[in-house]
Amino acid sequence: MKRPPPQPRRGPFDPAPAGKLSRALPALTVMLGSLVTIWPFIATVPVLPPLGLLMLLGWRLMRSDNFHIWAALPLGLFDDLLSGQPLGSAMLLWTLCFFAIDLIEQRLVFRDFWQDWLIASGAIAFCLIVGRLFATPIVAHVDTVLLMQAVISIMLFPVVARLCAWLDGKRESA
Amino acid sequence: MAPSRNRRPGFSRRAQYGLFLGYVIAIAGAIVAAVLLALATLNPPAFAALRASIAEITTPISSGIAGIGRGITSIPTTIAEHFYTVDKNAELRRELKDVQALLLRARTLSRDNRRLTALLQIRERIAVPVVAARLVSSSASSTRRTATLNAGSWQGVKEGQPVRGPDGLIGRILETGPNTARVLLITDADSRVPVRRTRDGLVALANGRGDGLLQISAGTLSNVSLAPGDVFVTSGNGGIYTPGIPVARVIERGQDSALARSFARPDTLDFALVQEIFLPPPPPAPVPTPSPTTTPKPKPATDE
Repeated sequence: MKRPPPQPRRGPFDPAPAGKLSRALPALTVMLGSLVTIWPFIATVPVLPPLGLLMLLGWRLMRSDNFHIWAALPLGLFDDLLSGQPLGSAMLLWTLCFFAIDLIEQRLVFRDFWQDWLIASGAIAFCLIVGRLFATPIVAHVDTVLLMQAVISIMLFPVVARLCAWLDGKRESA
Repeated sequence: MAPSRNRRPGFSRRAQYGLFLGYVIAIAGAIVAAVLLALATLNPPAFAALRASIAEITTPISSGIAGIGRGITSIPTTIAEHFYTVDKNAELRRELKDVQALLLRARTLSRDNRRLTALLQIRERIAVPVVAARLVSSSASSTRRTATLNAGSWQGVKEGQPVRGPDGLIGRILETGPNTARVLLITDADSRVPVRRTRDGLVALANGRGDGLLQISAGTLSNVSLAPGDVFVTSGNGGIYTPGIPVARVIERGQDSALARSFARPDTLDFALVQEIFLPPPPPAPVPTPSPTTTPKPKPATDE
């Protein structure tokens, strides 16, 4: 959510406004997560967790003001261009996830990490399963592997959330 | 920090409108995304240019990392080879002796084959290689099985051309950019390759399953038993793939349909050879005829 525009004059004890780089850091790390698919490795099954989505959820669930509500659209487009999914799939699914998190945030104001993890698990499973329905015909035998991929991604979420928190700390102190 | 229940960011009208506009953009964007998705599903190569331009940037990075990786992994191999040279030599000598007899027989067969082919006046079509390049990256997080090839239309790569590795068929070109191309692997759920059994020429179709294996389903005959170890090569039906490229070996017994594993190991990042389309579709007639559908053009067995 966008904060009101800063006061024209800054008091002597007011914090300095964030620089361009530190404001763009969440988006940049999400794009780096999407770029993991260019690692030179030819997969025969979907083994790689959707790291772009994990980073996005990590930042979004940690603080609501990291992204505008529409930020999932360009980031999803970037992910679609790299992941090999049909164009528009991550754009649509990630935006729907943002809407869902926004709604949940109205009800669950004070959240524990377990609740964050649960929300992230739901979002990951939703994106992977619906993305599979978009990308591959229903007769394909990818469901077992997809389940494995979802479990791995959900187990990886705390690590990614930890990484986001560390980057956030660096950003604040910088 | 818990967000406040009140979504209103303050008394500033500008901030309020900005927030509202953000939601409007997000909802409109989601609808646009749904439309793009529908377009991409109905017409898969629709956004190939966008993907290709990103791939143009990422492919050099991928191939650079792969080169460094190959350099590092070759060090232990080189050391190991140094110590096992003597054993290897003895083994190779033994093998050479065994192979001599086979070679003689193969020479005879080859001569016979040449003679008989000449007798039949078969016009031999030679699979002309277009380019040899490496597969550099793949859709590892998606359920689609595509890979990026480090060569594109500037090297003569065109859509639909078959791609083979040293061991067997890898797939075919899906989209091309100037220096990169996307390859649909034969293990993708959308891939279908017309094949025949080497033993008796049984015609079948090798469908990708999406989980790294292939499903061999016999074409017209029913009650065909497929045994583990049956080798299938491309049959040349459909005109895309050159006949005789090894495709898959059956791993489970089955009637009419059986599981198979492909020969090509694209995950080794070895060279891939792009070949010309075996029988390119005939060029369009200069004068439009009233019924152009009457020409018996071989229908490609693989869709998309």
